Amino acid sequence: MALDKIGIAKRIAQELKDGFFVNLGIGIPTLVANYIPKGIDVEFQSENGVLGMGPFPFEGEEDADLINAGKQTITTLPGASFFDSALSFGMIRGQHVDLTILGAMEVAENGDIANWKIPGKMVKGMGGAMDLVASAENIIVAMMHVNKAGESKILKKCTLPLTGVGCVKKVVTELAVLEITPKGFKLLERAPGVSVEHIIASTEATLIIDGEIPEMKID
Amino acid sequence: MINKKVNTVQEALQGIENGMTLMLGGFGLCGIPENSIAELVQKETQNLTCISNNAGVDNFGLGLLLQKKQIKKMISSYVGENAEFERQMLSGELEVDLIPQGTLAERCRAAQAGIPAFFTPAGYGTEVSEGKEAREFNGKMHIMELAFNADFAIIKAWKGDTAGNLIFKGTARNFNPCMAGAAKITIAEVEELVEAGTLDPNQIHIPGIFVQRIFQGEQYEKRIEQRTTRKKD
Repeated sequence: MALDKIGIAKRIAQELKDGFFVNLGIGIPTLVANYIPKGIDVEFQSENGVLGMGPFPFEGEEDADLINAGKQTITTLPGASFFDSALSFGMIRGQHVDLTILGAMEVAENGDIANWKIPGKMVKGMGGAMDLVASAENIIVAMMHVNKAGESKILKKCTLPLTGVGCVKKVVTELAVLEITPKGFKLLERAPGVSVEHIIASTEATLIIDGEIPEMKID
Repeated sequence: MINKKVNTVQEALQGIENGMTLMLGGFGLCGIPENSIAELVQKETQNLTCISNNAGVDNFGLGLLLQKKQIKKMISSYVGENAEFERQMLSGELEVDLIPQGTLAERCRAAQAGIPAFFTPAGYGTEVSEGKEAREFNGKMHIMELAFNADFAIIKAWKGDTAGNLIFKGTARNFNPCMAGAAKITIAEVEELVEAGTLDPNQIHIPGIFVQRIFQGEQYEKRIEQRTTRKKD
């Protein structure tokens, strides 16, 4: 069965490593913070100027001066710090942030990503996404494999305006875990109960399939 | 001590005229100069170019200036959550320059620091890089971005003193320190204005040299855009 958004977040959380500084995008990536594997320490950076982001505040304890990049009220954890936007993006461009997890509308087999604009329909802006994808060494995309019309979002070439070129390393969808290799998308894992044939049929790009494809292990 | 204190928002905003370029601090509705924005609405200043990460929401922040059609052009990184903005942009009434958030911050900082231009990898290979000089450094492509050139920077801090020294709180800091001193004149509004000598120099985030005028805002609504909470177990 295809994963739900929580399942995708849980699978991505398995990619977190002890000592990582991580930037989480809006949407599914935000959920990843709820499933940090036991026994490791990671710290979340939000590009509006906080390191050491904690969970949402208890009701009545919201602080208008303490939000994340999604403009949601948050808290901080011991060891947290605040800083201005220039320093924040210095952290990002300077590759001090180890992992960026973000959503996408399209990803292509050369690692291109599009997630900020649908010409004529939706123009909200790129926010920090272009800075993040241009600089992060390790980018994981959390996305749905197909759009609402059933069309694949895993493509040979992006059709929407790009956010960054040749930058995505790994994609986790409701159907599969894909790695972007110099030869294109390599199928690493499939969602529990989802067949390789179903994944191929849902993917516009050509998939590299090497031997038996294991199922994702989701608790 | 050079005294930067002015008594009213009207006095602070003197000299802002139609057609000028303003930098305004804040991220979403967090850390925005509420009192100055309200006064700009009162002043009915027209044809403004506003450099600000976001454009407020429909009835708060820069959304108030948009409603009155006082803004000619917005330079921002993200403009969701604002229906009137979207309408004006799609109808062509409003010019919009969307730029990467880190580039926006650095173009402010560059203006503050006397750096006319810099290279960044952000936006290379996208429509953001169209018409810009591209160069390879250390095997990676970068594009040249220019420092902003603004008439006024209007920023908001938590505490300030009469020398113009500023302290920010939480994530209300965001773009405010980057814009201090990044325009010809910087106006700081603060929640609490104290006499010079009261604040610990060790704790100052932005030295008063970057600030020409400082005043204490009359009131702060500090609206929350997305109130997210959890329940106590």
